[in-house]
Amino acid sequence: MTVRVSLTVNGKPATAEVEERTLLVEFIRNNLRLTGTHVGCDTAQCGACTIHLNGRAVKACNMLAMQAEGAQVVTIEGIAKADGTLHPMQEAFREHHALQCGFCTPGMIMSAIDLVKVHPSPSEETIRAELDGNLCRCTGYHNIVKAIKAAAAKM
Amino acid sequence: MATNYIGQAVKRREDYRFITGAGQYTDDVALPGQTYAYFIRSPHAHAKLRSVRKDKALKAPGVVAVFTGDDTKAINGLPCGWLITDVNGQPMKEPPHPVLAQGKVRHVGDPVAVVIAESYGQAKDAAELVDIDYEVLPAVVDVADARKSGAPALHDIAADNTCYVWALGDKAAVDKAFAGAAHVTTLEFVNNRLVPNAIEPRAATASYSRADDGYTLYVANQNPHVERLLMTAFVLGLPEHKVRVIAPDVGGGFGSKIYLYAEDVVVTWASKQINRPVKWTAERSESFVSDAHGRDHLTKAELAMDKDGKFLAMRVHTTANMGAYLSTFASCIPTILYATLLAGQYTTPLIYCQVTAVFTNTTPVDAYRGAGRPEATYVVERLVETAAREMKLDPAEIRRRNFITKFPYQTPVALQYDTGNYEATLGESLKLGDVAGYAGRKRESEAKGKLRGIGYSCYIEACGIAPSAVAGSLGARAGLFEAGEIRVHPTGKVTVFTGSHAHGQGHETTFAQVVASRFGIPLEDVDIVHGDTGRILFGMGTYGSRSIAVGGTAIMKAVDKVVAKGRKIAAHLMETAESDVEFKDGFFQVAGTDKKKAFAEIALTAYVPHNFPHDKLEPGLNENAFYDPSNFTFPAGSYVCEVEVDPDTGQVRIDRWTAVDDFGKIINPMIVEGQVHGGLVQGIGQALTEVCRYDKATGQLLTGTMLDYSLPRADEVPSFRVGTKETPCTHNPLGVKGCGEAGAIGAPAALMNAITDALGVKDLPMPASPLNVWRAIQQNKIKKAA
Repeated sequence: MTVRVSLTVNGKPATAEVEERTLLVEFIRNNLRLTGTHVGCDTAQCGACTIHLNGRAVKACNMLAMQAEGAQVVTIEGIAKADGTLHPMQEAFREHHALQCGFCTPGMIMSAIDLVKVHPSPSEETIRAELDGNLCRCTGYHNIVKAIKAAAAKM
Repeated sequence: MATNYIGQAVKRREDYRFITGAGQYTDDVALPGQTYAYFIRSPHAHAKLRSVRKDKALKAPGVVAVFTGDDTKAINGLPCGWLITDVNGQPMKEPPHPVLAQGKVRHVGDPVAVVIAESYGQAKDAAELVDIDYEVLPAVVDVADARKSGAPALHDIAADNTCYVWALGDKAAVDKAFAGAAHVTTLEFVNNRLVPNAIEPRAATASYSRADDGYTLYVANQNPHVERLLMTAFVLGLPEHKVRVIAPDVGGGFGSKIYLYAEDVVVTWASKQINRPVKWTAERSESFVSDAHGRDHLTKAELAMDKDGKFLAMRVHTTANMGAYLSTFASCIPTILYATLLAGQYTTPLIYCQVTAVFTNTTPVDAYRGAGRPEATYVVERLVETAAREMKLDPAEIRRRNFITKFPYQTPVALQYDTGNYEATLGESLKLGDVAGYAGRKRESEAKGKLRGIGYSCYIEACGIAPSAVAGSLGARAGLFEAGEIRVHPTGKVTVFTGSHAHGQGHETTFAQVVASRFGIPLEDVDIVHGDTGRILFGMGTYGSRSIAVGGTAIMKAVDKVVAKGRKIAAHLMETAESDVEFKDGFFQVAGTDKKKAFAEIALTAYVPHNFPHDKLEPGLNENAFYDPSNFTFPAGSYVCEVEVDPDTGQVRIDRWTAVDDFGKIINPMIVEGQVHGGLVQGIGQALTEVCRYDKATGQLLTGTMLDYSLPRADEVPSFRVGTKETPCTHNPLGVKGCGEAGAIGAPAALMNAITDALGVKDLPMPASPLNVWRAIQQNKIKKAA
């Protein structure tokens, strides 16, 4: 069975006819071809698929596309300004070498933006605790923590 | 024009695409008309395949094809790239490793069939309709059980489940030294099995074109040329030049993406059978049962000393788990990359190591970050720290008494260290870690009711693998050089093609720093291309921290050829002898004059050769080089770790961690620090949180998801104090040694030394989970009370 799903992604309307079982992340990656949102696991542990749904960070592998009907979704492709100016969190990740292979990075950045929204000047301890939904196997987190701290000061 | 970028923390040029979601990983590649593959895997650890019936599945909606072992009989098995010769001079046992099971399955996850459909969901649905009749057999999963009498045999050619028994060193001399020793320290432990878990799951998308009878394979892989060579020459028998392997952005490897896997072969082969592209991306649960695992040793290690703590001899017996089949480089990890490192940083004159490799009903085991060297470091550094405690010596002092101080140094286990300064890295780590203040911190912890411990680890690794001739004499079935090409464009811009492959290491930045600096041109004038057999002449790929030492040197050799040709062109243009032309800061200059030509002018002349020495030179400015190293490189360092343990819960908190490494010359300190951080956390993961467990009775994988297998998270690890000391490598022009694996190699011993110190116990199994730590505390209490 298919179902028609309509939502707003990165400020633009997005509609597709999908199987009911289609996950939101599959809709984003396969139907919209926004491949910056990644899939790293099948148990909602790694956080590589983190996006913003109605302003909050959520794991897009953990809900069906049809559950996002009518929602405002922002993906990693949608956080820089239209002229290419990077979001302060993106800039901070680059500045502080907070990424290596880049695979977890979109999810990390999306989580980090939400983290700073909730904790405007987070301590290292808060950052580490709040990042427990995102796995990185490359950086050892050291520089991610630094980047988030630096970005928080600028956001 | 400031164009020396060596040693500068240049920001990474690859980052823009990754932070904007524009990276292109294998699963992001979508080919027109692509189909989707789903692999049906054995749910049993060991079973006979009575029948595999696919007729129902073939009729399911969207199904394009179903292939089973019967369909793939003509495909050769997956090869092992390293032949180990056993103690009796016999070759190791190499059982067949079919791409789809033939008659038997030997581990949970062993691929049995593949369903290919119009959508992934349809392939997965149809897989439910493939009727597989298994006759379940008893399974064996533990190294300790594999050779016991009555253990179920996996392979006909290895009835005792033994792949080989191999040894290195003079056993009689070692035994004699032990007999006369003042003190012997003994440890027996398991080096826990790990699952690499790169965050990008493995993936492969293959297409075939009847137009040119050619194949293109996109694959998450660390060495695309090796993948192609193994697949074409050994497995599928395809013409190598008709297969293009592209490893685009790859989301981490850590060794697990070195190997040729069954899925890569099957999708490539199937793309021709159905004449459509075939896409496969592993689900994480598949990664757990099909990516090669790491470690899994059972070891007894002994260190003999004189009365002053001077090491006289070391004796090591290890049983290593190969899993159900030999993965691509499995056989050399617990031998060539393990026993040869047992001298560590010390002058131990006599070492004997015997390794027994066994087959079990588990996922194959191969190189995982460090590959043999973490296991060796764990042996040496746990022994040394335990010896210090038993001899009532300061752990730094016992190390100092035994450090190698004269180089080159020939170890008793085959390696020759070219250079190093172990006192320097140890001294710096003690300073940076404020070890002098430890006693005060311990008192503070105790006042809070916490236990505090300190641990050291002075590791060494052999990187830049390897001189091909040496590797060949030890059983390698491949060369281990690297290739590079410098293409100077007419405008003086440069494209560098390298056989190394980056999957997080930042080669696009580091290699450009090297080339731009040597040419004296702006960094933005240099681009690095990697990961495509269709564009790069050849390559052995990235593993063993070899990229800058071997790949970087190949590039430097090509750069030198460009400069040599440039000098000839410049001499012609400036009407002088070639010997009078020197190349510096981007200019070819007549020595002692102000006559000079810019690099870009020479490039233009090479491509617009109107005034050109045609009698001596060909036009163009494009050079290749292959580099085969003359020795390994020997990065080394010293890690100091302090932990605080909650005696009520067994929870370990790492309070401070200091790492001082000697990687030789450093090109980009920011990237090097990042590599150290990441390696440390993988090493900490092994010691603190990670373990792969199988159920002994059924052979089921118990830690098969990220819920059950505990990867370290941000709140479980500290920030690090890192420092470096530089003793440049003596045998490559950059003086570099490699930094990718150090943290994972040195960290586990440092952490376990600290935890055992805190608890006052001799040993503790890894990982030091709250349960393991709490148990040790309780046992200690009972022991003290008795």
